[in-house]
Amino acid sequence: MSILSLLIPVTLVMGLVGLASFFWSLRNGQYEDLEGDAERILYDEDDRPLPSRTYKSPKEPTP
Amino acid sequence: MMSSLTATERSRAFMITMTVLLGGLVMAAVGHGDPIGMQGWVVILFTAVVGVVLLKSFDAPDPVEDRSASYYDDPTRVGIIIALIWAVIGMGVGLWVASMLAWPNLRFDAAWSSFGRVRPVHTSGVIFGFGGNALIATSFHIMQRTSRARMPNQVLPWFVLIGFNLFCVIAASGYLMGITQSKEYAEPEWYADLWLVVVWVAYFILYMRTLARRNEPHIYVANWYYLAFILVVAVLHIVNNLAIPASLTGAKSYSAFAGVQDAMTQWWYGHNAVAFFLTSGFLGMLYYFLPKRAGRPIYSYRLSILSFWGIVFFYIWAGSHHLHYTALPHWVQTLGMTFSVMLLVPSWASAGNALMTLNGAWHKVRDDATLRFMMVAAVFYGLSTFEGSFMAIRPVNGLSHYTDWTVGHVHAGAMGWVALISFGSIYALTPVLWRREAMYSWKAVELHFWLALSGTVIYVFAMWNSGIIQGLMWRTYGETGTLKYSFLESMIAMHPYYVARALGGLLFLAGACVGLWNVLMTVRHMPRHAPERDYPTSSEATEPAVPAAE
Repeated sequence: MSILSLLIPVTLVMGLVGLASFFWSLRNGQYEDLEGDAERILYDEDDRPLPSRTYKSPKEPTP
Repeated sequence: MMSSLTATERSRAFMITMTVLLGGLVMAAVGHGDPIGMQGWVVILFTAVVGVVLLKSFDAPDPVEDRSASYYDDPTRVGIIIALIWAVIGMGVGLWVASMLAWPNLRFDAAWSSFGRVRPVHTSGVIFGFGGNALIATSFHIMQRTSRARMPNQVLPWFVLIGFNLFCVIAASGYLMGITQSKEYAEPEWYADLWLVVVWVAYFILYMRTLARRNEPHIYVANWYYLAFILVVAVLHIVNNLAIPASLTGAKSYSAFAGVQDAMTQWWYGHNAVAFFLTSGFLGMLYYFLPKRAGRPIYSYRLSILSFWGIVFFYIWAGSHHLHYTALPHWVQTLGMTFSVMLLVPSWASAGNALMTLNGAWHKVRDDATLRFMMVAAVFYGLSTFEGSFMAIRPVNGLSHYTDWTVGHVHAGAMGWVALISFGSIYALTPVLWRREAMYSWKAVELHFWLALSGTVIYVFAMWNSGIIQGLMWRTYGETGTLKYSFLESMIAMHPYYVARALGGLLFLAGACVGLWNVLMTVRHMPRHAPERDYPTSSEATEPAVPAAE
């Protein structure tokens, strides 16, 4: 079953990528206001992007 | 539509299209006399049509709209309609192959119409054509809305959508010419696989760049599900399609692996295609459109995140349950079986979470067929994940494997879960995308719901019966210790169920046709409307309190 020496590492690497993104999400404060996060998608007074980038500084101008 | 692109973007899109057309020309030239040459002509035809569409508005003035003030919805709109067209094609072909099993004369004796060539047109047509386009279109919508940011680029989403459909067309036309790798859900040959990798990487880049531009600090859970879908499908696709072309001027290739090694790779891919193509992305759809439509936040947001990580870490190990009682080592089979049973936990967490969200909004489920689509989808998700875990247990698999029970299980998931959640999402999305008050005909949505539900139930019950009868007949011994039934006798026993299956498929297909008609009529005939709310969640204005069930 030499194939397992390919499939198991590939699977483990995918698991590690998952784990790394989970840790990133923890450190990034993704889980600090879960109630609010669930509610906010329901707000839709205006169906448009937010005008200012409050979170990320703009790297490239909008084309 | 193309006039919302600037002149630079239009010429860039045209350059890409012509490059792909050139690739088609090369295939047609060097592959002369081989099926790959015919595939080259398919590419040329496809890109020529795209090129003509681009040229028609090539000289249009640059758009003046303020891009920072709106989302980019054109690719989503086109994607929704393409998805429904693929639904009608894929389900139509499915009805034909189902009828072919009941009435073999429908085979028509041509090479291209043999069961082995037509069936993958059905499977790829519904999974990739319908499901894939629905996923791409809804992901474009959800990633922008939940990020409160516009896509970074206007050419890339078109490249992803049109490029993916080129893959689907190459695949489907290739099957009819007899081109196949003979790998379930991975039939397309090496050149199509390479093209899909390009498209998929572009898709991943587009998604990540949109998320990076987000104005909302939190990444809504639906995005995680879509991202897992994109990322894992990419890895699975690359590993399972590792192959060496017999010749660069021919379609035929040989897999990099042989025998049981190849089977293991195939089902590692195959089961995770179910997990990440047919589950993860559609859960993203569920977690966005169900709360939106019900007007209530998801019952437990914490649980939705927990079940995401559960699915990510468990699903990937379950593939070997497809190879019980084969040359695969026993421990690998047991590993797959164990993880399959464990998967019930995150799966039922999602299904339960969806149903609990509706707790308190049941009057909306009663009145609103769109929400009912999503509710029934969640129920079928729960049912088919339970069934899947159960069938992965080795002794149960001994009865079910190679019988129609497997076919019934797949369709409980594909029709009951994947298709119903897609239809529900499309009905929720269409009025929003085209700024319409509601769907053209709520009665047609009702009709579609009942057609789809009855079609699914008839189909699944027919296959359960047929599969279990078949499995039992194959393992019944007579007094002398010989098998009691011949294979042909089990075939005869299945005939009535095959007829019932075709009927179920017919109802389901009729529903999809009604859906396509309704969406097109909504686009063409409903008055434009600037809604105060993004979502017309309340149906009182246009729909009566009594459903049209009677």
